[in-house]
Amino acid sequence: MHAIAGTDIQAGIRVQQAEWTAISRGASVKFDSVQKSYDGETLVVKDLNLDIARGEFLTMLGPSGSGKTTCLMMLAGFEPATHGEIYLNDQGINNVPPHKRGIGMVFQNYALFPHMSVAENLAFPLQVRGMAKAEQEDRIRRALDMVELGAFGSRRPAQLSGGQQQRVAVARALVFDPELVLMDEPLGALDKQLREQMQYEIKHIHENLGVTIVYVTHDQTEALTMSDRVAVFNDGVIQQLSSPDTLYESPQNSFVAQFIGENNKLSGEVVALDGANCEVRLDDGTLLVADPVNVNGAGSRTTVSLRPERIELAPSDEPENVLDGKIEELIYLGDHIRVRMNVAGNDEFIVKVRNRRDKRPISEGEMVKVGWAASDCKALDAVA
Amino acid sequence: MSSATDTPSDAIAGDGIVRAADGTPLKRSLARALRREKLRSFLLIAPLLAFVVISFLLPIADMLFRSVENNIVQDTIPETVQTLASWDADSGELPDERVFAALYQDLQIAVEKRIHTRLGSRLNYEKSGMSGLFRKTGRDVRRTEAVAPYKEWFIAIDEDWGDIEVWAVIKRYSPPYTPGYFLNAVDAELTAEGAAMKPENERIYLTLFWRTLVMSLMITLSCLLLGYPIGYLLSHLPARSANLLMILVLLPFWTSLLVRTSAWKVLLQQQGVINDFLVWINLIDDAGRLVMINNQTGTIIAMTHILLPFMILPLYSVMQTISPSYVRAAKSLGASDWTAFWRVYFPQTVPGIGAGAILVFILAIGYYITPELVGGTSGIFISNRIAFHISTSLNWGLAAALGTILLLLVLALFYVYDRIVGIDNVKLG
Repeated sequence: MHAIAGTDIQAGIRVQQAEWTAISRGASVKFDSVQKSYDGETLVVKDLNLDIARGEFLTMLGPSGSGKTTCLMMLAGFEPATHGEIYLNDQGINNVPPHKRGIGMVFQNYALFPHMSVAENLAFPLQVRGMAKAEQEDRIRRALDMVELGAFGSRRPAQLSGGQQQRVAVARALVFDPELVLMDEPLGALDKQLREQMQYEIKHIHENLGVTIVYVTHDQTEALTMSDRVAVFNDGVIQQLSSPDTLYESPQNSFVAQFIGENNKLSGEVVALDGANCEVRLDDGTLLVADPVNVNGAGSRTTVSLRPERIELAPSDEPENVLDGKIEELIYLGDHIRVRMNVAGNDEFIVKVRNRRDKRPISEGEMVKVGWAASDCKALDAVA
Repeated sequence: MSSATDTPSDAIAGDGIVRAADGTPLKRSLARALRREKLRSFLLIAPLLAFVVISFLLPIADMLFRSVENNIVQDTIPETVQTLASWDADSGELPDERVFAALYQDLQIAVEKRIHTRLGSRLNYEKSGMSGLFRKTGRDVRRTEAVAPYKEWFIAIDEDWGDIEVWAVIKRYSPPYTPGYFLNAVDAELTAEGAAMKPENERIYLTLFWRTLVMSLMITLSCLLLGYPIGYLLSHLPARSANLLMILVLLPFWTSLLVRTSAWKVLLQQQGVINDFLVWINLIDDAGRLVMINNQTGTIIAMTHILLPFMILPLYSVMQTISPSYVRAAKSLGASDWTAFWRVYFPQTVPGIGAGAILVFILAIGYYITPELVGGTSGIFISNRIAFHISTSLNWGLAAALGTILLLLVLALFYVYDRIVGIDNVKLG
């Protein structure tokens, strides 16, 4: 496991978490050396250790097949863990059947019962708990109001739009006051605009109710927008677990750097390493000064990761790194211009130039200097 | 202003009718454009339509018509029927001399054409002895010259001609259409006082209809009970095993119906495999061998086996479309396994149950071969009776009436089913 960089931001997050613990009615979750294998030959989840605080919004992010959904299913109780123990509020739940765990869940395709009306769908968890009729109705009304679907109680799910079904699914997962709500790519079926709107709504519901939410997605924007912390999964292992900004600004390894946001990779070899900085010789011989995040010392291979928006064209001040580049292609995107360049032998080098009034005119084929600070380029593990 | 924006306002003339570019109303223009397409698609189905009409619908209509058709009396003895019209059967007297004279005349022609025996057979359905009476009388009409008075001549040939009831039957069945076959099919008969039930000991068809219904329902129910778990298993197994199991389900279709039914005879008979096995494991003793064939049990067992795939297939195809996330959702919402099944899974399989049940029931209610072979006397269906009248007793009118009633019964049940389950709620996949 990679250590989490102890930045100020993270300290802030920790303070916030402590506050939630005091006020929230959310549950805490702990995965303790959990492993999962379906065929007895390969591990889908390899030794997972994860603590989720009360009232936290934690996102499991990763490409498909990375084990994130399997983790969620183990937590919900639909898949048994092959090894290890999962704790809910410090109680081991490996032998508790799903329906006794009291965990609300929102499924990828909502799984609204098609033969029941919206109100009946919401009443279902209350009925199986034997709640009095009057209280059921009261709760259903409040839940529907919360997702702004008060007038839709008598509709069938099929008569609702995708976004409305989504909200009903959220309301149903919350109507019985669970302490923990799991969401399995709940916004995957929505179009972009609706997805963004629902992200904010879910975030606000989380803030208002204080429940713990474990959210699974492969969409990094979604993860960054909504979460308190993001666990990036790959190959059955959590690659990094940190707050969205740390994840973006201080990726611990090349996978995270590449998976979150856009990223320029330059591969080379570490030639010198002193505490704060390291010197990297790129494959074409160019020397760079970089932030050594994940390197083994002089002589080791490394991939330098660099965000396109941190690069300056024709830098006016004197950043640590200044290289020559040739503009290959310009793509106009409204708020910014994507510039594809050939820098240090890499012709997939992307620079984002903000579309400002005083911007300097640039044209394809032009030779121009590019510069960036040493702290903006991270020397990470080498990518094969 | 561009011409493109002008066009919509131009298309609507002062009378409010939308017109095409050449001024014809748009609706007519559209209809003309679509007519060719409709004609094409009609031509594509025309051969099948013709085939169905000629080889299926028309014969059925003809067969159904036979259940009320009764021209034979009028066609064979027209004069008699005419003169008999003024005779009152309740008067207690035989028809007068004119009727007997007319009968003689008619019979002379009928005997010439050799059709008098057919009339005899027809009337024999209504009163036994009529067939013999006509055959005997026909013989005498051919051989000897009759002399007036005809009444005495006829009675001399056979004293039945002096029986008022014989004449009453002829008169009752002289109209070209008769409800007689239908009454017969529901164990009633046409008497002088109108329709009345037959004596208790002569009733067979109502019992048979009732038995057919009840046994078809039992077969449907046992198919459902046996088929539902199989459908569930099929839809939850991985594709490879599911395919193998599906082949096993469909295996019965690969063998002949007769072979399968005969196999059940071997299995179920008193000296058969099952009884032998039960005796061998000492569950029953040799004297107490179970009677499982040539009765209702045999019919139900064999037909359940034969019709089971028709239940499993629609169930399977419906269950396959039900996402496992519904049951998971139910469980995550706090439902126990049973509640999740009963309140979430089961209601979604109802269309499959509906399709399977209606398929099995309709096939069962008209089944013929299996009850014939394994049903004995107590396990036969109404269709066996229909077949008997078609091929053995040659009473096609009665067979047609029974068939019509069976058809109406199925349609009525279909209607009830539609009201309760809803026919749009039936899904085959």
